[in-house]
Amino acid sequence: MKVRLNGKDIEINENITVAELLGILKLSDKNVVVEINMNIIPKEDYANIIIQENDKLEIIHFVGGG
Amino acid sequence: MKIYLNGRFIEIDDNITTDALRDRFKPDADIVILNGFPVETSLSLKDGDTVNLIKRSEIPSDQELECLLVSRHSPGVYEILKKSSVVVAGVGGLGSNIVVSLSRMGVGRIRFIDFDVVEPSNINRQYYFIDQIGMKKVFALHNTLLRINPYINYEPIDAKIDEKNSHQLLKGFDVVIEAFDKAEEKSKLTSFMLSNLKDIPFIAASGVAGYGDTEKIKINRIKENFFLVGDLKSGADVGMGLMATRVAVAANIQANLAVRIMLGDI
Repeated sequence: MKVRLNGKDIEINENITVAELLGILKLSDKNVVVEINMNIIPKEDYANIIIQENDKLEIIHFVGGG
Repeated sequence: MKIYLNGRFIEIDDNITTDALRDRFKPDADIVILNGFPVETSLSLKDGDTVNLIKRSEIPSDQELECLLVSRHSPGVYEILKKSSVVVAGVGGLGSNIVVSLSRMGVGRIRFIDFDVVEPSNINRQYYFIDQIGMKKVFALHNTLLRINPYINYEPIDAKIDEKNSHQLLKGFDVVIEAFDKAEEKSKLTSFMLSNLKDIPFIAASGVAGYGDTEKIKINRIKENFFLVGDLKSGADVGMGLMATRVAVAANIQANLAVRIMLGDI
């Protein structure tokens, strides 16, 4: 199915959770902020929320250093 | 006409020149600054001009000092910044440099929060000194800031920002700046800001490690009020250090962005 990730259309499997998508993208759940359809998703919900077709996702990934 | 001379409005003859003004008010002055720029030749003054007459090496009176500190500012900048407020989360490599620059700019109220102490490994990029090793960072920095610009309301806060105290510590400021070291802390604070204080301009940083091309450090406007400064890639890691030159560039991009927001330039 099609979703929009950081402004680009991508194809992902149906019935995958936010946590699973982060795994596919090789991103640590600790270092990201995930927004779906303009709502920030609490980290404790990553394993429960299933991504729906045409969802608009923003994944902001942080690297350390300061 | 009226001009602003060394921090005071004075009534003066129309079209008086800078040289005539100096001869009349401070004949021993060797620097004449007109509207933020040191002038070498004598120029005619206009109503509303700001002029600062400075004698090198002389420590001026308290009354004059505040305005002389910002006599090289562009006109109008200081008046706005003095009424503005910024809170900086973390005063390591990014935060200590950000706060020092905002102090020099004259931002009227600056709160800065950190729980850490100054360590030897901080000195390669953070605005601390060897004789401050072992001190709480916020108090060491406060001492430095008072030596730079004492005319500011500083709020050093020795605390670790967490879910419970974020709202209390961060609300009520014109701009919030994230200046943590760890990616996890950056992500937590960003999540909090975008969920709870999304109307307040928020400036975070990611990708400031190493000594790579500083032109790769960009201002990424992720949302209306959320700016992410950095190259987004260069994380601190084994073999990838954190150093003064690049960290201070990112810090001052964050600080200048905060200034632009407060001045209404963005």
